[in-house]
Amino acid sequence: MNKPIPDAVAGQRAGSRGSGLTRWLVSLPPTLFLLVFFLAPALIMVAASFQHPGEFGGLAPLFIDGRIDPAQLTLETYRFFFGDWIYAEIFLRSFLVAAATTLICLALAYPLALTIAHSTKRHRDLLVLLVILPFASNFLIRIYAWIILLGPANLLYTPFAVIAGMVYVHLPFMILPLYSNLEKHDPALLEAAQDLGAGAWTRFWRITFPLSLPGIWSGTALVFIPVLGMFAIPELLGGTGDLLIGNLIKEQFLDNRDWPLGSTLSLLLTLAVLALAALSAWAGRSRRRSA
Amino acid sequence: MRRRINWLWAASLAVYAFLYVPLAVVVLFSFNDSLLNAQWVGFTTRWYGKLLHDDEMLRAAANSLFIALTASSVATLLGTMAGIAMQRWPVGLLRFLPFLVLTPVAMPEILLGVSLLLFFRQVLDLTLGLFSILVAHITFSLGFVAIIVRARLAGMDESIFEAARDLGATPWRTFRHVTFPLILPGILAGFLMSFTLSIDDFVITFFVAGVGVTTLPLQIYSMIKVAVSPEVNAVSTLLMALTLTLIALASRLAPDTLKAKS
Amino acid sequence: MAILEIRGVTRRFGDLRAVDDVSLSIEAGEFFTLLGPSGCGKTTLLRMIAGFDEPDAGQLFLDGQALTGIPPEKRPVHTVFQSYALFPHMSVAQNIAFPLRMAGKDEDEIRRRLKETLELVHLADKAQHFPHELSGGQKQRVALARGLINKPRLLLLDEPLGALDAKLREQMERELIALQREVGVTFVFVTHSQQEALALSHRIAVMNAGRIEQVDVPEQIYGYPRNRFVADFIGTINLLPVEVREAASGHLRLLAPGLGEIVAPPVAGVSSGERGAFALRPEQVRISAHGAEPELHNHFRGTIRDSLYLGDVTVYKIELDNRVVIEALLANSAPGHARFFEIGDAVGAGWRQDAGVYLRE
Repeated sequence: MNKPIPDAVAGQRAGSRGSGLTRWLVSLPPTLFLLVFFLAPALIMVAASFQHPGEFGGLAPLFIDGRIDPAQLTLETYRFFFGDWIYAEIFLRSFLVAAATTLICLALAYPLALTIAHSTKRHRDLLVLLVILPFASNFLIRIYAWIILLGPANLLYTPFAVIAGMVYVHLPFMILPLYSNLEKHDPALLEAAQDLGAGAWTRFWRITFPLSLPGIWSGTALVFIPVLGMFAIPELLGGTGDLLIGNLIKEQFLDNRDWPLGSTLSLLLTLAVLALAALSAWAGRSRRRSA
Repeated sequence: MRRRINWLWAASLAVYAFLYVPLAVVVLFSFNDSLLNAQWVGFTTRWYGKLLHDDEMLRAAANSLFIALTASSVATLLGTMAGIAMQRWPVGLLRFLPFLVLTPVAMPEILLGVSLLLFFRQVLDLTLGLFSILVAHITFSLGFVAIIVRARLAGMDESIFEAARDLGATPWRTFRHVTFPLILPGILAGFLMSFTLSIDDFVITFFVAGVGVTTLPLQIYSMIKVAVSPEVNAVSTLLMALTLTLIALASRLAPDTLKAKS
Repeated sequence: MAILEIRGVTRRFGDLRAVDDVSLSIEAGEFFTLLGPSGCGKTTLLRMIAGFDEPDAGQLFLDGQALTGIPPEKRPVHTVFQSYALFPHMSVAQNIAFPLRMAGKDEDEIRRRLKETLELVHLADKAQHFPHELSGGQKQRVALARGLINKPRLLLLDEPLGALDAKLREQMERELIALQREVGVTFVFVTHSQQEALALSHRIAVMNAGRIEQVDVPEQIYGYPRNRFVADFIGTINLLPVEVREAASGHLRLLAPGLGEIVAPPVAGVSSGERGAFALRPEQVRISAHGAEPELHNHFRGTIRDSLYLGDVTVYKIELDNRVVIEALLANSAPGHARFFEIGDAVGAGWRQDAGVYLRE
């Protein structure tokens, strides 16, 4: 059944493969669970960003006598956010930290990914496992290790410490997609280039690097986005200075109990993440076309 | 050509060292006979002993274990169903299922933690505790299991399911005799993956745990904030050993697990 | 006695009519082939017989019973899939025994029939092997065995020889014919290869764009195609535009503009003055050196424009006086003798009065 079939046909065939009842029985439980415990909370968070803080923290009630009281909705938190320069500064700093982390991860990951991609099949699995293993340790442990190392060197509670921690925790996420991409490169391309007179650096810069861009984009997405939301690393390694978005959000929800502000910050972070994800997907796609 | 390879090897070794040395230090100093992590004094296992008598730590460990087992079981069940649905019926409304399943995996964890906190407290007026942690863990683990199961199904010749029905198997018997045996390794790998993620989770648990319940990572966090103590080294080493074993097992069962993680 | 009756079956996908008002009658014990290009609807029709799809209009009857609404697992019809669809986690023996297990047969009977069937397809020594350890031809035999073991009323085969190389395919064709004759099960075979269809079938149905163009035995389909599509799809064909001069009872007189009169076999329902095409197979054309006596009634002059040496035969392209180019096939019966004619040779091309067939437009 190999000839190309029009989408209408494929869709109908896919549908006919399980009875309607089977499909519902199988897809409903996870769907319901996620709608309730993922989508609904997300929507609540959006709503919360438009609400007043409650008297004792949390949120002020939205429903009065069972109806939504419009007076309870406000853009106060947004005004608060955009009014004060300090929040933009924190967002900017977070982006810079994420960018720095990503670039350093890329620089460290590339040689390793190249080595793994060029190794024989037997060695490859071992090398990949060696990359994954440190990842097996708890994320806090990996931060703790840096506390131990940096403490005596008096490098603790500095921007260097924060970046070092971020890089350390996220490095495998850059190595794996990069290696996965490099592995698929056709060695004949490099041979052809060499045959036509290209030196080692030219071969890398003109052939290997451009072809690896989709892998770089994947890795970037996997590092940049999580780094934006981190709070434990800045807190444990950065001390009280150098607040990032994650710290700010944590503060609002757990320390200050200003939930509307926290929600606004989270919402803005979410939008930033979605924009980045879309950007990375678009960049990855257009590269594939030209490569 | 050879020069470049040597450079490459040296750089790679340096990166591997970068990955392992800090952890090696942690493990090493868990056997250090000194309160400070600064200098090596002598070999001892007293920190492990101290660990075994630390009630809070033990309780946290028990909680983590219970939560991991329960959450993984539920997540595996739901995730398997989601994986099958995403692969076999990507039509109609179910076209949005991948978005629903995969976004919790892709988003920064803090967002999930915070939104669940809001949801539990504001909407359900629920006291945070074991239940909220369980729900949170299931939510993000579900996606991982789904990815693994779906990848397993995608690698199979689709026509074997039709062949089973063609040869006399009802949809249920097709599942029992053909589909299930084939995705079983993926299901097991998914379970192990969820278990690992649950045991290790810090960020999301931090927001939804409330005051009553601690898990191992939360306990470690408090200890780190208070002071640098070799006890932390000890518990870290043990935790590392555990997760290492689980990941090794998972990758035996489904080689795609490693790719799925990325 | 028709075992499968397809009456007025239509299947639509949006605006596309994959199967358009198809009616067929398939006899018990025959090797019946659905032949046509990709997208002609043959696979869709096969899936409806198997039960994976339901017609939008019309009905299917197996042994006189309507098949509508009966799910695939309840139909006494089995399919050999194009990819063979062997269960990767089961051994050859387990794969083949699967239908018997589903039917709830007891262990002894399963063992007995398994042994018989394994011997039938010459795989007795591979019983404990797994699909990934088998070659393409062996996998196909497992798929056949699996489909035949519980003696279904019909065995449907969806382009099963497509993945095999030429030599293997020829061998499998012979094996399939022998198997079908021995087991006696009615085969419904789907393919786009006219060679397979001609070699294997008792009867062929040529399909195009959801419709049946012609149903007949291979010799008739090849020798007397009913229309342009069938003529063109099967083998190579020469088509000369003609006008009917006279439609007498014994023969047809056609006028080929610029060429002359062609006498052709009679066709019913043709009126004089009608325009159509005269279809002639290359092997029916006899080439004679220029100047030799024309022995055949249909004889015209032409020039050799091209020749293609294929080892056993040579294909010549001859340009006739009216600028129409026809192909002629000549066996190279004298070994070592590369060709009889050279490019540029003036020749005579002729054929018998009972050769070729007139096709309406």
